[in-house]
Amino acid sequence: MTITGERGVGASRSYKVVGTSPIRHDGVDKVTGRARYGADINMAGLLHGKILRSPHAHARIRSIDTSKAEALPGVRAVATAKDFPIVQMQELDFGGAQRNSRMMADNDLAYRKVLYQGHAVAAVAATSPHIAEEALELIKVDYEILPTVLTWKDAMKENAPLLHESLTKRFTMDRSSQGKDTGVRSNVASQIQFKLGDIEQGFREADVTVEREFTTQTVHQGYIEPFACTASWGPDGRVTIWTSTQGIFGIRETVAGIMDIAESAVKVVPMEVGGAFGGKGIGYMEPVAAVLSKKSGHPVKMVMSRKEVFLGTGPTSAAFMRCKIGADKSGKITAAKLHLVYEAGAYPGSPVGGGASTGLSAYKIDNVLIDGYDVVCNKQKTQAYRAPGHPQAAFAVEQVLDELAEKLGMDPMDLRLKNVARQGDRAPTGVPHARVGFKEVMEAMKAHPHYSAPLEGINRGRGIAVGYRLNGGGSGSSATINVNADGTVNVITGSMDLSGTRVSIAMQVAEVLGIAAEDVLPQVVDTDSVGWTGGSGGSRITFDTGRAAISGAEDVLRKMAQRAALLWDVQAEDVQFKDGVFFCAKNPKDKLSFKELAGKLMATGGPVTCSAMDKQGGVGAQLAGNIVDVKVDPETGKVDILRYTAFLDVGKAVHPAYVEGQIQGGTLQGIGWALNEEYFFTPAGAMANSSFLDYRMPTTLDLPMIEAVIIEVANPRHPFGVRGVGEGPIVPPLAAVANAVYRATGARMYGLPMSPGAILEAVEEQQPKKR
Amino acid sequence: MQDFEYVAPTTLAEAIRLMNGNGLRTKALAGGTDVLVQMRGRRFAIDRLVDVKNIPELNELSCTESDGLTVGAAVPCCNIYEDVIIQRLYPGLVDAASLIGGIQIQSRATIGGNLCNSAPSGDTIPALMVQDATCEIAGPNGRRTVPVVLFCTGPGQNVLQRGEILVALRLAAPKANYGSHFLRFIPRNEMDIAVVNVGASVLLDHAKRRIVSAKIALGSVAPTPVLARKAMDFLAGKEATEATIEEAAEAAKSAARPIDDMRGTIKHRVHLVGVLTKRALQGAILRARGEE
Repeated sequence: MTITGERGVGASRSYKVVGTSPIRHDGVDKVTGRARYGADINMAGLLHGKILRSPHAHARIRSIDTSKAEALPGVRAVATAKDFPIVQMQELDFGGAQRNSRMMADNDLAYRKVLYQGHAVAAVAATSPHIAEEALELIKVDYEILPTVLTWKDAMKENAPLLHESLTKRFTMDRSSQGKDTGVRSNVASQIQFKLGDIEQGFREADVTVEREFTTQTVHQGYIEPFACTASWGPDGRVTIWTSTQGIFGIRETVAGIMDIAESAVKVVPMEVGGAFGGKGIGYMEPVAAVLSKKSGHPVKMVMSRKEVFLGTGPTSAAFMRCKIGADKSGKITAAKLHLVYEAGAYPGSPVGGGASTGLSAYKIDNVLIDGYDVVCNKQKTQAYRAPGHPQAAFAVEQVLDELAEKLGMDPMDLRLKNVARQGDRAPTGVPHARVGFKEVMEAMKAHPHYSAPLEGINRGRGIAVGYRLNGGGSGSSATINVNADGTVNVITGSMDLSGTRVSIAMQVAEVLGIAAEDVLPQVVDTDSVGWTGGSGGSRITFDTGRAAISGAEDVLRKMAQRAALLWDVQAEDVQFKDGVFFCAKNPKDKLSFKELAGKLMATGGPVTCSAMDKQGGVGAQLAGNIVDVKVDPETGKVDILRYTAFLDVGKAVHPAYVEGQIQGGTLQGIGWALNEEYFFTPAGAMANSSFLDYRMPTTLDLPMIEAVIIEVANPRHPFGVRGVGEGPIVPPLAAVANAVYRATGARMYGLPMSPGAILEAVEEQQPKKR
Repeated sequence: MQDFEYVAPTTLAEAIRLMNGNGLRTKALAGGTDVLVQMRGRRFAIDRLVDVKNIPELNELSCTESDGLTVGAAVPCCNIYEDVIIQRLYPGLVDAASLIGGIQIQSRATIGGNLCNSAPSGDTIPALMVQDATCEIAGPNGRRTVPVVLFCTGPGQNVLQRGEILVALRLAAPKANYGSHFLRFIPRNEMDIAVVNVGASVLLDHAKRRIVSAKIALGSVAPTPVLARKAMDFLAGKEATEATIEEAAEAAKSAARPIDDMRGTIKHRVHLVGVLTKRALQGAILRARGEE
């Protein structure tokens, strides 16, 4: 279903290719098993690498004895952090930049301390994976066990043991800046603050105020494909890496930095990515495989098990939120305060900035105070997860608004509409909103039949929530377009295809060139074969790389027009292009289709090849919204999702079927986060449920069909109005489901997950008479 | 994973000899849905894996109204729940066999293996216990029969001695006015391990109103699946009313000695024993009355 919003560039123009849903170019390879993923590399002399991981959550490494492992027949190399040149050159230091290559090296192989259970400490390369595993058992690590600082709460206690002696707190009021160093040593790595107006005065003007505290748990992205990579260190000192990642150039930079070699000495070859969701924005094993390959003289392949993925890679933050919102009798919000504490895990870098800069941004509020704290603790170093940091903040804000609406006696959608932010209104970050479709999304939700459908039966509840998403983008994308003599074109990019971006980029090129999507052949190539391109993240690829490809395609048209001018013996300005046909303004009989002219290129001066890059940015903000009906078994506490409608302003849906898939996928992940997913830690800090059996993501049997409603309010910064779609959908479900559970049970869920036992306890606590 | 020997004997005698194995660490392999995962997860190390799927006695599956049910220890779950006679006579066992894992697992996993794995949460075990199933065991010292109720001795532990193999499970022919039911609670809808599971069976009188005898078995709430004897004793001779069922469900809670873990809290588990016992008894009574 498509709702066309305001007449912007995207909506008003009619398209031939954009807005259709052709079969993806990589589809046949993927459904037939021909596509090659991270673990599909095989070559002569290949060794298998395995990683020894810490059984302790916090310990000093006194010594590592690898001699027995090295002596095991079949073992060709053993590596520890000392084999990383950067570790020999620098101590771990957060002074210059909190997130740096030295820190990544420390996470890839621990040097002086292990900081979480599962932290890598040594690696082995052997002729078979089994020998490598046996060798791991022969490595002796002498640990001095330290007190575990498992949660943000432990970490922020006075006199809490420090994870990093050199870590000092930074203070910033700008998400993109490191801010200033306060010099205060603690487990608090940074504080981010946003202020608007006079918060005290704002609350004095309020007739109704709601203040609540919330917690969310550590959750994993849950991608199907475990991390996998292969490194081959050549005798010329150049290393080739094959890996499943969101960003090949990021891996190149990391490996070069850690191994102290030139970036140009590293070639990173992308493999297909079996799910990433932010989690594969960085690598873990590439530098390790590179060291093992360098030491052994053989290529080394490393593949994580699912358990290693849970223990050794980055989930997203557990978080604490305190949210206070006041409104006057009319429902106008007079002030809002949001206090966020996000766990960073072992090293600084939680997405608390993502929460702080988005939690209240869908609304126009004159008096705002937001404080966010990034806190290290003895858990896995957190990594991006789809709209990093946004869902946690939305979980708090959207529940407080629900309660506020109830106290005001207002429809929850009306309360949101009354306060919706529009173009020009300042967000709490101080930045005015561009042309956004917040109001259109809210209106579509209210007008949708689901909103007013009767909810029949007992123990049922309907919840709504919206979620503001601030997309990334602008890091830079390159694209090269080569015209083939048969009228097809190759589009070459360095943008890993996580979600169907090959086809969404190809379609934009096809639209410009007036040819079919099938005649555009998209390729994702290695770091030696395309201009620098930032990673696939921030919902930016269809926008950023799309813009680069559009710009390349327009250049192709200009060059081809010159060839047509040669053929027709006119000036290039006299050649026009419309609907896939070049024609001469002076002599309309002279016309050539794109395909016909492509066949004449070799005779008119040679091939046409155009490269372009784009670094403008501007994917911008968008709003997602959910309406959900649940049924809660009052005896067991189990939640069944009965109906789910998910709304998203996508600007312009280039490929509506895949846009729907993104909306459904993000919603599903949000539901899992809401209901049952969690890292379950023992008090000593060991993860007890490191398998998909006990890390409970929803399966298809747990969900109804999620109805995706696409709203198109064109983004003026993209030629077709694109906004990006990947991340927004995960923002509202946590709060939407919680609001629905509240309506079904009468109990507010202040913590996640809303597992059956937790729901029964909340019901018992909040309504003792009911049970 | 360490190297190990894989053998696939075709006779019971040979299998027993190989399992006995001169001091080697041995393990029987049926469907492998537990054993292979545990080996990869390094739950234990072995020298020899004895595949028992080629032994005729372990593949027997027969079910008649007069003789009851014999299930060879290597018969996969799908063969049980797809058998129409078993569906009619032993619906409680079919409940359990059809909710273990997904279709792929059910096509491979066996009830015998589920029992020998002896997990407190094993889904078929309470279902077998309430139907008075017995285990046929063969070993170096000959054959013996052990009631399923006495088979498990602790988490992952059971009465099998060195060299012994579970050959088959036998269930007596059900009497008239008899019904069985099995329920599992998981936070998701499928593909999960029981937070609590409960099997129940009832024998009603001719009028189908009074409970002659009842059995209730609870899983995931003690080191082994356990019978809720107090509730069973309470039900004998009572009218099958809602109030009786409620009281029995309450009584069943006293048999639960669960732990707190990632799958559930003590409090929630004890509570669920009551809920599931009530629902399983209701289901068993409906079936005994032929109303389902």
